[in-house]
Amino acid sequence: MEPQSKIETTDLNLYYGSFQALIDVNIRIPARNVTAIIGPSGCGKSTLLRCFNRMNDLVEHTQVKGRIVIDGQNILEPETDLIALRRKVGMVFQRPNVFSLSIYNNLKFGLRIHNLLSRNDQIMQTIRQGLEHVGLWDDLKDKLNANAHTLTLEQQQRLCIARVLILRPDIILLDEPCSALDPIATLRIEELLRVLCQDYTLVIVTHNMQQAARVSDFTGFMYLGRLIEFADTQRIFTNPGERLTEDYIRGSFG
Amino acid sequence: MPREGFHRRIKELEHEVLEMGEMVFDAIHRSVEALKNLDAETARQIITNDAQVDRKRWQLEDRCVDLIATQQPVASDLREIIATLSIVRDLERIGDYAEGIGKIVLMHGDEPLVKPLTHLPVMAEKAVGMLRRSLEAFVQRDAKAARLICDEDDAVDKLYDQAYHDLIGYMIKDPSVITRATYLIWAAHNIERIADRATNIAESVVYLVTGTPTELNVSKY
Repeated sequence: MEPQSKIETTDLNLYYGSFQALIDVNIRIPARNVTAIIGPSGCGKSTLLRCFNRMNDLVEHTQVKGRIVIDGQNILEPETDLIALRRKVGMVFQRPNVFSLSIYNNLKFGLRIHNLLSRNDQIMQTIRQGLEHVGLWDDLKDKLNANAHTLTLEQQQRLCIARVLILRPDIILLDEPCSALDPIATLRIEELLRVLCQDYTLVIVTHNMQQAARVSDFTGFMYLGRLIEFADTQRIFTNPGERLTEDYIRGSFG
Repeated sequence: MPREGFHRRIKELEHEVLEMGEMVFDAIHRSVEALKNLDAETARQIITNDAQVDRKRWQLEDRCVDLIATQQPVASDLREIIATLSIVRDLERIGDYAEGIGKIVLMHGDEPLVKPLTHLPVMAEKAVGMLRRSLEAFVQRDAKAARLICDEDDAVDKLYDQAYHDLIGYMIKDPSVITRATYLIWAAHNIERIADRATNIAESVVYLVTGTPTELNVSKY
């Protein structure tokens, strides 16, 4: 049975000034699965990812046309509540972007911004759940007041994921989340993503095709702003339908 | 092409599969000749030479494993390596069947054949033809040709059944030939299995080209 879609774009086109970065992208991101977006540099994969929580609004001279429907609502409508959208659609970046605050305050910060909790005992419980979810609680429970920058890069990235999780999002966007990590830390984050996808819809942009193959259920291949192929990951990596996809993943481009 | 070295190694692997195919063709031809002439010396050579076929299988498998571990092949590159792994195992097994006929020659000894070989050389010719065409289909990436090869297996099965009933007839008429007739049935069975293995190779070619594992060896006979 085909999984229910969580994000659905229709004829999505995006322009940075006169440059068209996305061309007629129609994609259905399945709910509670990991979807990987792969493609060469400049193909539009990060741009597409940033459309899903309207991060591109922050880039000047950006124009977006088409529809992006999440849970039945077209998020490109002007009346969309962007704060609520970005809570619902969280994002994790290439390098862990922890604040120069304590571990505790890194997590509390998001809760305060979104006015989610006010009582200290509730906050503590939520922070604990967030850290447990990403496998950090046992290591950090006794040093919640330590500066987050004292953590390893892997721990910082897990903390960033926890910071997203405690806001109770539905969707987590991950833009090259392991590019700053060593191979072992990368594999552990990938394991975490496999656990998280039981409860969340994950979309990961990666240059690392083996990572896409290991971690995702579905894969989309983009080239020059277009979505060339979207299929289940096993198919993409064993028998893709499009010649361009085949050439790219086999490394025989050019 | 960014992965020129990798794709060159895949081509070299393919070339070595063909070399292994030639070793096996030679073994089949000589085994049938050895049986026809009850040539014990040639039979012993076939048995000794089979160790080279076995070694070739392990070498090529090792190369496949190395490519998988170090190059992370995907799509048609991955299917090529998986197909190659399967093909070299089939070729090695075909070598064993030829070796088996060599052993039958030694067991048979100096007593004359129950009857001059009639079905067996024809079966062998057909099986070798199937094998040769399946390896050509592998090189040409020709799934259509591979599917056609499988149809030929029925003819070999039919010849085997004829040889079997023929030899059973000899045994009924003269029980003193039972042992020698049984040896010939074993030899015919080995050749019938060679044709089956050729269809396995054809199936690997279909998988390599289409990406879909397909069972072609369904006898209509």
